[in-house]
Amino acid sequence: MTNELDIFVGNTTLIDEDVYRLWLDGYSVSDAVARRVRSGILEQTGATAAVLQSDTMDHYRTFHMLERLLHAPPKLLHQLIFQIPPSRQALLIERYYAFDEAFVREVLGKKLSKGTKKDLDDISTKTGITLKSCRRQFDNFKRVFKVVEEMRGSLVDNIQQHFLLSDRLSRDYAAIVFFANNRFETGKKKLQYLSFGDFAFCAELMIQNWTLGAVGEAPTNPDSQVDDMDVDLDKEFLQDLKELKVLVADKDLLDLHKSLVCTALRGKLSVFSEMEANFKNLSRGLVNVAAKLIHNKDVRDLFVDLIEKFVEPCRSDHWPLNDVRLFLNQYSASVHSLDGFRHQTLWDRYMGTLRGCLLRLYHD
Amino acid sequence: MPGKLKVKIVAGRHLPVMDRASDLTDAFVEVKFGNTTFKTDVYLKSLNPQWNSEWFKFEVDDEDLQDEPLQITVLDHDTYSANDAIGKVYIDIDPLLYSEAATVISGWFPIYDTIHGIRGEINVIVKVDLFNDLNRFRQSSCGVKFFCTTSIPKCYRAVIIHGFVEELVVNEDPEYQWIDRIRTPRASNEARQRLISLMSGELQRKIGLKVLEMRGNAVVGYLQCFDLEGESGLVVRAIGTACTLDKLSSPAAFLPACNSPSKEMKEIPFNEDPNPNTHSSGPSTPLKNQTYSFSPSKSYSRQSSSSDTDLSLTPKTGMGSGSAGKEGGPFKALLRQQTQSALEQRGGSPHRFCKRREFPFFTLTAFPPGFLVHVGGVVSARSVKLLDRIHNPAFVGIMGNTRSYKLLDWNSFNADEPETRDAWWAEIRQEIKSHAKALGCHAVVGYSESTSICEEVCILSASGTAAVLNPRFLQDGTVEGCLEQRLEENLPVGCGFCHIPYDELNMPFPAHLTYCYNCRKQKVPDVLFTTIDLPTDAAVVGKGCLIQARLCRLKKKAQAEANATAISNLLPFMEYEVHTQLMNKLKLKGMNALFGLRIQITVGENMLMGLASATGVYLAALPTPGGIQIAGKTPNDGSYEQHISHMQKKINDTIAKNKELYEINPPEISEEVIGSPIPEPRQRSRLLRSQSESSDEVIELDLSHGKKDAFVLEIDDTDAMEDVHSLLTDVPPPSGFYSCNTEIMPGINNWTSEIQMFTSVRVIRLSSLNLTNQALNKNFNDLCENLLKSLYFKLRSMIPCCLCHVNFTVSLPEDELIQVTVTAVAITFDKNQALQTIKTHVEKSLQRASTDNEELLQFPLELCSDSLPPHPFPPAKEHLESASSNSGIPAAQRAVTVEKASPVAEGNFRNRSAPPCANSTVGVVKMTPLSFIPGAKITKYLGIINMFFIRETTSLREEGGVSGFLHAFIAEVFAMVRAHVAALGGNAVVSYIMKQCVFMENPNKNQAQCLINVSGDAVVFVRESDLEVISTQQPTANCQPLCTGGEVTT
Repeated sequence: MTNELDIFVGNTTLIDEDVYRLWLDGYSVSDAVARRVRSGILEQTGATAAVLQSDTMDHYRTFHMLERLLHAPPKLLHQLIFQIPPSRQALLIERYYAFDEAFVREVLGKKLSKGTKKDLDDISTKTGITLKSCRRQFDNFKRVFKVVEEMRGSLVDNIQQHFLLSDRLSRDYAAIVFFANNRFETGKKKLQYLSFGDFAFCAELMIQNWTLGAVGEAPTNPDSQVDDMDVDLDKEFLQDLKELKVLVADKDLLDLHKSLVCTALRGKLSVFSEMEANFKNLSRGLVNVAAKLIHNKDVRDLFVDLIEKFVEPCRSDHWPLNDVRLFLNQYSASVHSLDGFRHQTLWDRYMGTLRGCLLRLYHD
Repeated sequence: MPGKLKVKIVAGRHLPVMDRASDLTDAFVEVKFGNTTFKTDVYLKSLNPQWNSEWFKFEVDDEDLQDEPLQITVLDHDTYSANDAIGKVYIDIDPLLYSEAATVISGWFPIYDTIHGIRGEINVIVKVDLFNDLNRFRQSSCGVKFFCTTSIPKCYRAVIIHGFVEELVVNEDPEYQWIDRIRTPRASNEARQRLISLMSGELQRKIGLKVLEMRGNAVVGYLQCFDLEGESGLVVRAIGTACTLDKLSSPAAFLPACNSPSKEMKEIPFNEDPNPNTHSSGPSTPLKNQTYSFSPSKSYSRQSSSSDTDLSLTPKTGMGSGSAGKEGGPFKALLRQQTQSALEQRGGSPHRFCKRREFPFFTLTAFPPGFLVHVGGVVSARSVKLLDRIHNPAFVGIMGNTRSYKLLDWNSFNADEPETRDAWWAEIRQEIKSHAKALGCHAVVGYSESTSICEEVCILSASGTAAVLNPRFLQDGTVEGCLEQRLEENLPVGCGFCHIPYDELNMPFPAHLTYCYNCRKQKVPDVLFTTIDLPTDAAVVGKGCLIQARLCRLKKKAQAEANATAISNLLPFMEYEVHTQLMNKLKLKGMNALFGLRIQITVGENMLMGLASATGVYLAALPTPGGIQIAGKTPNDGSYEQHISHMQKKINDTIAKNKELYEINPPEISEEVIGSPIPEPRQRSRLLRSQSESSDEVIELDLSHGKKDAFVLEIDDTDAMEDVHSLLTDVPPPSGFYSCNTEIMPGINNWTSEIQMFTSVRVIRLSSLNLTNQALNKNFNDLCENLLKSLYFKLRSMIPCCLCHVNFTVSLPEDELIQVTVTAVAITFDKNQALQTIKTHVEKSLQRASTDNEELLQFPLELCSDSLPPHPFPPAKEHLESASSNSGIPAAQRAVTVEKASPVAEGNFRNRSAPPCANSTVGVVKMTPLSFIPGAKITKYLGIINMFFIRETTSLREEGGVSGFLHAFIAEVFAMVRAHVAALGGNAVVSYIMKQCVFMENPNKNQAQCLINVSGDAVVFVRESDLEVISTQQPTANCQPLCTGGEVTT
């Protein structure tokens, strides 16, 4: 006696959160059943393994049918086939678009292309996440990317509107899209200690300050073809960053800057002497990073450069985080007192963001 | 030209990509009604087209309005090749034809394609302007309301319950037309869908006409089925109960009548009729004196038709009350003509009532209080017919001449085709009628009909519950002689219906009678089987439970008559075994009555399956069932003896456990009070008024299993051993779960508003090697048990909950396949509250019991009034009488009666905490097989939903195999039902039923096909919590009868 056909259809679609998680995690039906058995559900409910098998199959089939709709979440809200309470719909969407930290660190900043997709095998082996789950997460990234890539307006809002994700998850996706678009390198060994949260934090700052959308001048001329998008860095701004070079190229300006900073921080830093000794190197590093951002390749290496040029030197001198904060604040602020320097707004736009990023990146 | 149909196509959304190049679609819409077609403009390159069309107007006869569905086809425009169909929407516009149902159909409908399923949605607005026409009712029956609900619908009051209406129409099945060989599967499916839709419309119109002739204005308990007879055609048949209903206008109107405003006020108006004079039937009914000649089934008058072609092998079966099953029927084949003449003789019975109504049948399962006087027991009849004998030569002519499919001309066919089927059914009904008469009953309630077809063999079945009804409610309002004596009795509440309607000296079968444990005045049988719902005023002890008897019998493959004979020979044995199983299981549960009994016999190529489902309860009026005694055949064998005693112990333990589980602890009544059981009637002289064959045989076939209290099971071979084992293998549901196949569960009254309707389908493949009856039985038993176990597991989050209206359907699609389809609704109840309510009820009732009758009267009114079946105007006098006769009942039993009062009322306590789902973009539509929605009041009936879908695939594997295919299809069917209800302005479907789910597969060809037929009543419901606000705003309103139809006719 074998079950040829075995289905259960409710007027309200039954969603079992545990099974949904197993499905999202990419387990096969038999693996999922095995895991459920181990969870002790049989003892709790007095069910048999056959019942569990049938139940799991049913849920998997439902999820499979829902998957098509989950690819365009607004469809899930408007479709008529599955009657699902709104809270459950939100849960389905949110969980479907959730991703694993380990996975996102592997693909963050990579081009979301077929090539990367081929590497998913390796990522799966490396992270222990099932290939199926990797694929889903990768496809989610790619799908969100495709939809919002060309869109005007706030990146986070666009994602929220088209994928109905929570605020938190929308911000994460904004970061993923932003990183993928600008292809920031995040995989180098040096960067391994950084979490997705660190990068997402930086991405948010950069989106807020360094993109065209950030300037916020679009409303004056809504028809203009200026791409006021959040995903691309403001090219003009990057061009202008060259001008900052004077801060290190002009010896007088550099000295003056250093003396201003040192005067202000004397007695306040535990690592004052190290700071004093390293000031020129650090300043040169930070300004050169800015000056190089005109090249795409250097944009990609932004985080590598920041680590190499700033985080590592400070760390090797054991700067406490608070000292780093004091230094960066003073370092940014003192420029306003440099009479010969005319690019104050540019400097603030650059340094304001960079300061935030550096503080976030500065940890073990 | 009495009607104008107006249609506007607004927009589409989520359309499929039809043009691969652009990934877009150039969609337009064809709107077709009858032979007229309109088209919208092509909306280029969009998956969300905004047509916003003009109003397309169809000027049509209302006859067409009733028959024809509105057909909307969405197509993709293609400049160079033929336009591709995206899909269709059929809209039944019938609901727009009643004056008080929906006024507009407007909403998003899934676009359905029989090959691809749902492909996007379309927004449509439909309106109908009906012109007044003097001849309006000549051919059409606009205005007659139809309800699937098998009780008087909640916001109506029954003025008169007229009785049985039936009709059937026949056509050839497009699937078997020659043209089917050359047309696409899609075209074939669509032809079939359209045909059935058309036939349903016509059938409904014809039934409507009959109702108008009877001066009714509604059909309640409308059950329409179709028989796919293959080569020989397609039969669509329907039965129902014609009624004259009054609409209770505003729910607010009844508030003043109700002393406790917080209570559910659904049925209260029925009890305290604000306007008793106008509504009371009986002598003052204005319609009473109208005479008219009408025969409810016209065709029946031609019953003597000489269709000697059909093979009539009719095992007749009546399942009587009492420990004896009225069983068996003739083991010999009868020639139909003989039966017929015998039936006609019997027609001359002294019951004038029966003579007047050809078939005093009622499809209702729940009744107004006072309607049901006595219940005799289950009556059923089955008949085996051969289909290949009746094909009509006229078909050939048509098929030869017409190239395209068209509906056959009814005038030329009516006379022949449906006649045969009509005669078949008439014969069965006659059979049922005579069984009922043998039980001393003049009517059959809870009546239903079904068929099972396999190749050219067809089993027709009908069953119901023989009953004595109170004629006050019937059209022939006068009290008839034969009924007088019954009516004079003061019927005690809660046990009256159990009292035997038949003469104890002249019992139709040997039963074991005692005095009623409730009133001690009348005799009751020891066991009662019925097909109806538990009457709301019945005194019940503890909770009920689902009881199933399952049985398989192998049969040799055979052709035609040999096959039919083989089946006919097997049927009585199956009936017998099913009955025995039911009885055993009932005893094992410690219960004494079955409600909602439904026995389904399914015929397959090489086997017969029997599945009986019912809800077992302990009726306080009936005696405590004795246990089950096992007797071995070889008493001197020591080890055997031991084994037997071991088994006996196990059985006793199970009974004890079940009693605890279902809280069956009837009040102890000493033997003296009751007196010794009435001695067996010694005189078995046959004083039956009519010497009906069937009743004769019933007596000969004594199925009473011993006359003692204990039920003796004799274990004389391994078979019997198996039986005992299988008795004990039924696992009770896990704690927190209850199940029943009736509307409500006795003993549970505090439902919350959380409901989940579901359909589950399982198909198993039997290994063909070891097919023995035992193996087969085991497989089938496991299939059903596992299915139930799965349901309990899936719904575990709803605990404590009850599966209500559990409806099992068995079919045998192929040689080694068994398909079981289950539809039910799970309703959560509040356990803590249950205890509280019971407690307060008990306290209250104890207090009240000591006070005078007047107070006693109020009590049941308050608490019981909102119980399930509506209570049309029981005059206060009646209630007083019943109340007074009630006072003799011990307080404990009263409490039990009260405890099961209302499943609905208490629901409102929990309502407010229910999560609001209103924010969703798609409105929630509830579906339930029950006639009510817990914690809510139905304010409006919008019309019946009766939909038929075919789905076919040629890429079965790609769609997830058979399970994936059917899962998606059923989900789509639900979606389409919901969409139609929402478009009518409704938010729920009640009395929902999946009448057919025919699944065929051919895995080798990667193909599968499925046909599904569903129906129900679209309604608007209001949460009780919301209702209170509304009702307090309108303290008074008139209860104006909003009758349409009936009164207008001349």
